[in-house]
Amino acid sequence: MAQKVLDSLTAQHAAAIEHTESQHGDEIAWVKRDQLLAVATWLKTDPTMLFDAPVFCTCIDRLDWRPLGVPPSQAWTEDKPRFEVCYQLRSVTHRYRLRLKISVPESDPHVPSLAGLWPAFNWQERETFDMYGIRFDGHPDLRRIYLYEEFVGYPLRKDYPKEKRQPLVRRDDLPMNPIKVAREHK
Amino acid sequence: MGVEITTTRLEDAAKWAKSSMLEKATNWGRKFSLFTYPFVTACCGMEFMSVAGPKYDLARFGAEFPRFSPRQSDLLMVVGTVTEKQGPAVKRIFDQMAEPKWVIAFGVCASTGGFYQNYHTMPGVDQVIPVDVYIPGCPPRPEQVLDALILLMDRIQSGRGHSQLRDKREQLIAASHDEG
Repeated sequence: MAQKVLDSLTAQHAAAIEHTESQHGDEIAWVKRDQLLAVATWLKTDPTMLFDAPVFCTCIDRLDWRPLGVPPSQAWTEDKPRFEVCYQLRSVTHRYRLRLKISVPESDPHVPSLAGLWPAFNWQERETFDMYGIRFDGHPDLRRIYLYEEFVGYPLRKDYPKEKRQPLVRRDDLPMNPIKVAREHK
Repeated sequence: MGVEITTTRLEDAAKWAKSSMLEKATNWGRKFSLFTYPFVTACCGMEFMSVAGPKYDLARFGAEFPRFSPRQSDLLMVVGTVTEKQGPAVKRIFDQMAEPKWVIAFGVCASTGGFYQNYHTMPGVDQVIPVDVYIPGCPPRPEQVLDALILLMDRIQSGRGHSQLRDKREQLIAASHDEG
């Protein structure tokens, strides 16, 4: 569909692209982390590209990713990067779609922020930080967006316990708690 | 059903009238003038609108119209999913309401957390405030809501709401302290 986008991207930034692939009509370019900002700037400003519409930013946690039907060589192992940060872009002018993916290891979860280029990524990157703990370097306001500040950990990581809740109201402060009532009326 | 009067002393009779007849009359008034505070968070709100609207007409039972200030209301309807982040807010709203007050958990999410079993959903609003009547259903039928309201009215009449029972218990404790 937009194979020519991948071709010209590879021609222009050969050193920055790890490899490219296509899935179900969507073109994916794996970008090196330190080159992401240069690639994104070129994609936004080059007159043959003009990616002016940011679609979404999210992250994929590949911890223990061993699905059926995928050969074991492609499954996740300890030595592979755990996270994939994913930017979906669209060029309204040229009707291109392109997905940028960045491999992020667990030990160093930092990615350059694209919120300066596309302001719509501001909240999306905050959500990704909130749920996966990816630090976006250069983000203007990297705070939790859905959860409360008291929350410890990142709930959409695969190693977060499924039912672990972090209540804000202490349960033993219930108005009708028999222990509390007995204590007050002692 | 005659009332057996076991004393002829005036103050005892007055005490009996105060504790029994006055409470019954007060509760009778309370149960027909419920002012609801709808804490609507999710899709159950649609069913709440249906119940409050003219077709099922909650107003027939005296729960006339919703107040959007907790200080003017005495029936908290928790309608929909409550998250852990909303816990302090719902507790504060409950604390601000006028005494005596009652709580209805509307739908399975407010009652037990429903199908959410994860990091962000409170497993039932009774984790932070006392609930008088639970309505199951996802969402409940309007008939179930009316059934729950009538059940709550029975409770109010017989003085078995959470806050009424607490008041009674506190009075008993205070009386025992006075005697002792």
